[in-house]
Parts: sequence; structure tokens; C-alpha cells
Amino acid sequence: MTADIWFEVASSVCLLIGALLSLAAGIGLLRFPDALSRMHAATKPQIAGLAFILLAVALEQRNWATVSTLFLVMLFQMLTAPVAAHMIGRAAYRTRHLRRELLLTDELADVVDRASHDLATDPATRPK
Amino acid sequence: MSGVRGSIWRQVPLLVWLVVLWLFLWDQVSVLSIVTGLVLALLVTRVFYLPPVELPDRVNPLGVLLFIVRFIVDLVRASFQVAWMAIDPRRVPTSSIIAVQLSTKSDLSLTLTALAVSLVPGSLIVEADRQDDILYLHALGTETPEDVEQVRAGVLAVEERIVRAIGSRDDVRRVNLSRAERSLPPLITGRRQSAWESRHPMVPAEQYTPEGGYPE
Repeated sequence: MTADIWFEVASSVCLLIGALLSLAAGIGLLRFPDALSRMHAATKPQIAGLAFILLAVALEQRNWATVSTLFLVMLFQMLTAPVAAHMIGRAAYRTRHLRRELLLTDELADVVDRASHDLATDPATRPK
Repeated sequence: MSGVRGSIWRQVPLLVWLVVLWLFLWDQVSVLSIVTGLVLALLVTRVFYLPPVELPDRVNPLGVLLFIVRFIVDLVRASFQVAWMAIDPRRVPTSSIIAVQLSTKSDLSLTLTALAVSLVPGSLIVEADRQDDILYLHALGTETPEDVEQVRAGVLAVEERIVRAIGSRDDVRRVNLSRAERSLPPLITGRRQSAWESRHPMVPAEQYTPEGGYPE
């Protein structure tokens, strides 16, 4: 069966690409300088890495029961990863776990400063 | 459409989706799985009550397809870019925190834009201002101010693709106005859009509320 061989090859290629992207994510986690940059490595190449690995499994198995489950895995990964990244990123920013000398611009700084200044000085301006 | 009847019809898409999810988990379609799915869906929506989301009043299937294809292309390309930044031994990437003022006011567009932007590597949502519809994102690998502007334009392009796909008529009008300010042609025009706009006067951004945008 020649078709089977082609599916095998495609599956192997996807598996390799997925593994390489995950490896790069791991290296990024070590090499990137601050918490926010590391969040990119921790959440992002992983999405495509996972997609390629799931694609490899789908090409290998080729039945609807597996594909529907893989679809759910991908969907919930895509729904939850940004939320987790946002929560950690937000906490990292507010606790100043970032290296400002490596930032080109920070258009959020003024807003946060103003908000915390308002909170600290005048309870009347506290947002409800 | 008001009161109890309205709230039930609003929940139908959510119920259908929960049953489909249940069928996917069981990998089979049978009377038993559909009935148990329906019972569970009703139970879940009663116990874990969520505030209703304003569903869009228009859907463009071609726009949805266009958005998904473009999203996958962006995702894969940016994944390799970030992967390369991670292993490139010559330099440490410079980042920026960028404020992007979105054009639309609806919760759904804001959420979907934030999700899509967040999933594409190289950009991470640090903060979202629902009141003023501003997304603050951390962008990796912005070496020059031009890169920053490119990221900003990229986010607005994502928003426009989402609005083209499933934006409400109000979203479309706001995007068209915002594009007009930048002297760009409107995103979508049409008889039904103009008819809707003539029947619904523009609500200023400061007075817009997600719950009571436009009573029918």
C-alpha cells in the first residue's frame, strides 16, 4: 500500500516539526530575559508545536473518533493558553518582573501609574 | 423578544454547543448520548450561570473562512519566527508594550481579537481595557518604532477580519468610521448595512453599554 507509506511520511514530518518547535520553546524559556518574554516561549511555539503533533497523530490513526478528540484537545488548548498567559503576564507586569532597559516603549506605564496614584491618594476617585 | 423567552433563545447556541462537545467526548452519536448530553447541558448552564453574550446579528461564512485561513498562516509563520528568536545566539530580542485602540465596542469582538492576537506568537495581551476598548500587548522582537507601528496595524487588521466574519452591524459601522478617519475605504458596505444604520442612530462610545446597545 503506497498510500500508507505517504501517510507515515507526512505523520513523521509533522511529528519532527512539532518536536523542534517545542524544543525551541524550551530554549526560549531559558534564554529570554524577563518574565513577559518567557511567556511568549512558554505559550506560543507550543501552540503550533502541539498542532503539528496532533496532526501527526491524526494522520497516523485516520479515524473520526480520534480526530474529534484531538480537535477538542486543540480547541481547549487554544482557549485556555491565552487566558493563562494573560493572567501571568498581568501579574508579572504589576509586580515589575520585567527588564525595562530591554523595552523599546511602554505605553501601559502611564495608565498603571495614574491608576495606582489615584488609588493611593484619593479614595473618592477609586473606580467602582 | 423580551423577558424569559428572550433569555431561553439566547441560550440555545450554548446548549447545542455543549451537546456537540459531549458527543465529541463520547465519540458516538446515539439516543442515549444525545439525551444525557442534553440533560447535562441544561444542568451545567443552570449551575454554572454565565452572563449572556450579545451574539452578532450577521455572519459572513466567507469572512469566517478567510479569518481562519489567515489565522493559521499567521500562527505557523510567527511560531517559526519566535522559535528562531529563541535559538538565535547573536542577540536578545527587544520588546515593547503597545497600546492598541480598537474600533469596535462589543465584548465579543474585543474577546476574539484578544484571543487571536494572543495565540499568534510574538504578542501577548498584558491588559485589556473593556471600558475604552484598548488592548495592551507585549510584543517580542520590536527593534525599531516602525516595528511597533507594524504590530499595531497588525492587531487592527485582525480586528477587521473578525468584524468582516462575525462582527455585528454596529461593529461594522465603527470599523468603517475608523477606516474613514485613516482615509481607507470602508470594510463592508451594502443595502442592509445602510438600512440598519439609518434605523439605529449611532451611540457615542462613552454612552455605549454592552447590555443595552440597540433594542429591537
